[in-house]
Amino acid sequence: MNIKENIKTLIVEKPLKLDCGQTINNFPLAYETYGSLNNEKNNAILVFHALTGDQFVTGINPITKKDGWWSYAVGSGKSIDTDKYFVICANVIGGCMGSFGPSHENPKTKKIYGTDFPVITINDMVNAQINLLDFFGIKKLFSVVGGSMGGMQVLQFISNFPDKAKTAIPIACTSSHSAQNIAFNELGRQAIAADHNWSDGNYNSKSIVPDKGLAVARMAAHITYLSKKGLQEKFGRKLQERDDLKFGFDADFQIESYLRYQGSVFVDRFDANSYLYITRAMDYFDLVKQFNGNLSDAFKNTKAKFFIISFTSDWLYPTQENKEIVIALNAVGANVGFVEIESDKGHDSFLLNVPDFLKALKNFLDKSYAENSHETRI
Amino acid sequence: MQKTVMKPEYKIISDLIEKDAKVLDVGCDDGTLMEFLKTNKNANIRGIEISKEKVQICIAKGLTVIEGNAEFDLKQFPNDSFEYVVLGQTLQAFINPETVIKELLRVGNKAIVTIPNFGHWKVRLNLLLKGTMPITNSLPHDWYNTPNIHMCTIKDFVRFSKIINFKIFKSLALINENVSDINNSNLIFKNLFGELGIFLIEK
Repeated sequence: MNIKENIKTLIVEKPLKLDCGQTINNFPLAYETYGSLNNEKNNAILVFHALTGDQFVTGINPITKKDGWWSYAVGSGKSIDTDKYFVICANVIGGCMGSFGPSHENPKTKKIYGTDFPVITINDMVNAQINLLDFFGIKKLFSVVGGSMGGMQVLQFISNFPDKAKTAIPIACTSSHSAQNIAFNELGRQAIAADHNWSDGNYNSKSIVPDKGLAVARMAAHITYLSKKGLQEKFGRKLQERDDLKFGFDADFQIESYLRYQGSVFVDRFDANSYLYITRAMDYFDLVKQFNGNLSDAFKNTKAKFFIISFTSDWLYPTQENKEIVIALNAVGANVGFVEIESDKGHDSFLLNVPDFLKALKNFLDKSYAENSHETRI
Repeated sequence: MQKTVMKPEYKIISDLIEKDAKVLDVGCDDGTLMEFLKTNKNANIRGIEISKEKVQICIAKGLTVIEGNAEFDLKQFPNDSFEYVVLGQTLQAFINPETVIKELLRVGNKAIVTIPNFGHWKVRLNLLLKGTMPITNSLPHDWYNTPNIHMCTIKDFVRFSKIINFKIFKSLALINENVSDINNSNLIFKNLFGELGIFLIEK
């Protein structure tokens, strides 16, 4: 596959000081857009992707040839209607779909960065992406939207740039990564590190990759994205293409086979070092600490209208953690709506066909946009 | 929580609210009152509603609503966040009405509370003649499935203000879609004929 041909890239010339202390400049930021920017330039929505997402939000991903990760929500006539809105999404820095990441070559050493790549944070990610506004000549986005790590970027974005978005929709996320979140991420990282092929992150030069470790990391993480009930209903104790147990360690159960499949397809499209870097960025995310224990201070300067969405069966970023964001916003009198969507599909609900969610998202956006254009007319 | 749509009630509530005020509608249902106040008073209005379906309806109307339970979720609002807090016909459904009233008056400078009057003559007659728990248009549930666990009368609410110490700034009764003032001299009469009591209260 020829990756470069299908990837649009903005070279960010402006120096960006990372939280780790290093400064980067002239770095690539890969992005994709859908729909068209109107003359007033007030219909742009910046979508932030989650841990394993990329800039190819909807339609067929030109690299993987599969549906974009948010095809249910984004597209013509969908919740984030590309007939109406101009949707921009960038691959996060640290990622592996064209943006500056650990699989890039270090110009100084002429070697692949690997673990010499600077540790990046959610803050660094949004500070890199703000450059897209200048690039497109957008003064103010209509909305910033994202689920999971994408939601964390929404919160950080508003905190950093309080007047750069009219509306903000953080979905199934948290303001501070919990011990349990960090624990699961560490499990994934250790699975990668335990793969001999990882070689302390220097694998790229040998064209041997830690695919087994990365697959295990994905399998473990995938369980956390589903719910017990959802798994039980979908798989139960059903056997995989066999009538009885085989008294061995092949995938007897459908759930085993399913997870192995999820692991195997993931390694084809994702870089193990990027997985380490991005999970680290999530673990370091603590907006509460950034504001000395008072989350409300993160939002005190914004007039953005918030809509927070959580899911009943999401135990990775449970409703309570989403509600804490609502509480912090209410404490500074921000304009905030909140709904918890009934779903058995766990954390992944935001990526799936969950009609109540898709309806709420569409209604919020369309109604806010109608107000938005009304104000512009006046 | 079944609420009967009573347009006159909305009009009365709206008349009690100043223009451009910041208002919280507690138990905002499908947002009908919120829309009314937005249109008629240009109110900066928020809602809190326990039912997911109703929250969805409000979102579809472009209203800012938080899914939550007024009994527990008013805590999140700082003191004096709103000029008015409205509680329409739901006080009787709370486990602890006293806490709710205190929370309303903490969160808002003023509160508007409406109560279906259990002292209405039809309710009294219903119980007197039938000997069973009254079922009326505004109270359509059986005793075993009603969300209304703390019914009170207009007179009870007036007494309640003295017991837990809040001021009733204005009290109105709704009788056949007509609104009238309640005062000490007509309380017995209004308590017998008022279908709904509407109270503007302060700390």
